[in-house]
Amino acid sequence: MDFGTALLAVIVVVGVPAITVLYALGTERVLQLIPERRRAGLRPWLWLLPGFAFLIVFLVYPTVQTIVLSLLDRRSESFVGADNYIELFGQGSFWQTIGNTVLWLVFFTGITLVFGLLIAVLTDRVRYETAVKALIFIPMAVSFVAAGVIWNFMYAFNEQIGTVNAATVALGGEPQAWLFEWPRNTFMLIIVGIWMWVGFAMVILSAGLKGISAELLEAARIDGATEVQVFTRIILPLLAPTIAVVGTTIVIVALKTFDIVYVMTGGQYDTQVIGTLFYQERFANHDAGTAAAVAVLLLLTIIPVMILNIRRSQAQEATR
Amino acid sequence: MTMRMSAEEAAPEPLERRWWSRIPLHAALVIISLIWLVPTVALLVSSFRPASDVNTSGWWTAFQLPFGFTVDNYGDVLSNNNLGQSFLNSLFITIPATVIPVMVAAFAAYAFAWMDFPGRHVLFVLVVALLVVPLQSALIPVLQLTTAVGLTGSFPAVWLAHTGFGLPFAIFLLRNFFGALPKEMFESAYLDGASPTTAFFRLVLPLSVPAIASLVIFQFMWVWNDLLVALILVGGFPKVAPLTVTIANMVGTLGQNWHLLTAAAFVSMVLPLIVFFSLQRYFVRGILGGSIKG
Repeated sequence: MDFGTALLAVIVVVGVPAITVLYALGTERVLQLIPERRRAGLRPWLWLLPGFAFLIVFLVYPTVQTIVLSLLDRRSESFVGADNYIELFGQGSFWQTIGNTVLWLVFFTGITLVFGLLIAVLTDRVRYETAVKALIFIPMAVSFVAAGVIWNFMYAFNEQIGTVNAATVALGGEPQAWLFEWPRNTFMLIIVGIWMWVGFAMVILSAGLKGISAELLEAARIDGATEVQVFTRIILPLLAPTIAVVGTTIVIVALKTFDIVYVMTGGQYDTQVIGTLFYQERFANHDAGTAAAVAVLLLLTIIPVMILNIRRSQAQEATR
Repeated sequence: MTMRMSAEEAAPEPLERRWWSRIPLHAALVIISLIWLVPTVALLVSSFRPASDVNTSGWWTAFQLPFGFTVDNYGDVLSNNNLGQSFLNSLFITIPATVIPVMVAAFAAYAFAWMDFPGRHVLFVLVVALLVVPLQSALIPVLQLTTAVGLTGSFPAVWLAHTGFGLPFAIFLLRNFFGALPKEMFESAYLDGASPTTAFFRLVLPLSVPAIASLVIFQFMWVWNDLLVALILVGGFPKVAPLTVTIANMVGTLGQNWHLLTAAAFVSMVLPLIVFFSLQRYFVRGILGGSIKG
């Protein structure tokens, strides 16, 4: 890093707020120049302009362009129609990738939710709640790359070094190469994801839990309901909308999975998922067409969640 | 009033009477906490052990006398593996990539929350839709774009891309917060002759400090911990590459040198952990405010 870069960064950090303030004052000055009845009509567009410029250049246009690229050849030179897709669908390795993504979707999402809910419910009953929650939440602050190193170390084959194998041997088992054999390796990677994301599920579910009236739960208990009944008949139904929100967020994380697989196995030993297959096709196979086709398929799988989110946000608007 | 009184009196009673029945609960929580903590502790302990120890014995043996802890691994990775440079790069990437989107998003969020214009509803639906668009679906054309303008391999490429990618969440979060401010406040400000710009700087921003703090922490963590965007836009440029990219490469090249890998990973975790522990409240609030409620 040279002096020029440092200067640039300082300019950006000081300059950006300055520019935005000037922009806001500038828009007001510009609006003074036009007739008053038109001002209210023009003002919102000036406030939206910077944000939408970024959204269009870095999200809307690239997404549309990715769809176009998926219909072109590996060098994006000539139109090949659906060939990239047909080629993908014909590869056994592609279905392996889809299979792994489904494993991630089902087990990562399911177990993260169950653990998040379990820990939220359990911690709700003890005085040291905050301490346990902070501890469970720590992995959320760490990068997937660091988590990859942490868990590679946990899974190390040598039982003198790897914690998981040390535990296995202590329990009378043989040390295992956890990341080499499918489908076990995918489950081992999913464990890393769960370790990182349970904190997220726990925090939101715990907040939802606090929203359930204590009087209601106590009334049920006084009426003779067991703790299990209180949980299944009252807490679970009342918490269902929150569980759905957490679930959709985690589904998206599952579909987009990239870092854990990239760092821990590089997609080898049949651990590839859609998120890494895209990278593999573009930067290892140098096939922009197929990479774009993979990205489009990923986008398609996310569209149901997108529609669900839009419906929810509209319902939220209606109650505003 | 009587209801509340009776609930308060009734609540602690069954708990205190059957304290022994709560032992499984405490045991379960202790076990879960240990399982969650062990991987991080293993990393931290190993990063302070000499290479010969780390690669021949388990981290759990480190607590036997005589202690042999050292900081050599840190000195080694910071100077020999380009990690010091990468740490600075991560800072240089993260700070502007946090400042720019937060400012830009605040503008758009204000317009969405407190201005009337045709298409407001449709445009906000677009923002919500973009919230879940995977980076993978945008990155190839973004790379073409930055290459076309000569920015690939430079800090501004990552700043701009992260701004674009972080905006939907930032606009969404701030809009929800701004929208919850009381309407009467704006009405009386306008009656006093304030312009929307004045209201934004004098009322909305100061009152939204908690929401903005949440967002800043979120975006900071997100960019600091990002691998994919950095890998694609500056991955081949060690002078610009952030910690995540450098460490991902070290995993490939250093393989079983656990004393170095653990130290490197911890270097990348220090700042997020400090931010997390000192500003946990805002972080959690951001998570709660950013989810689309059912």
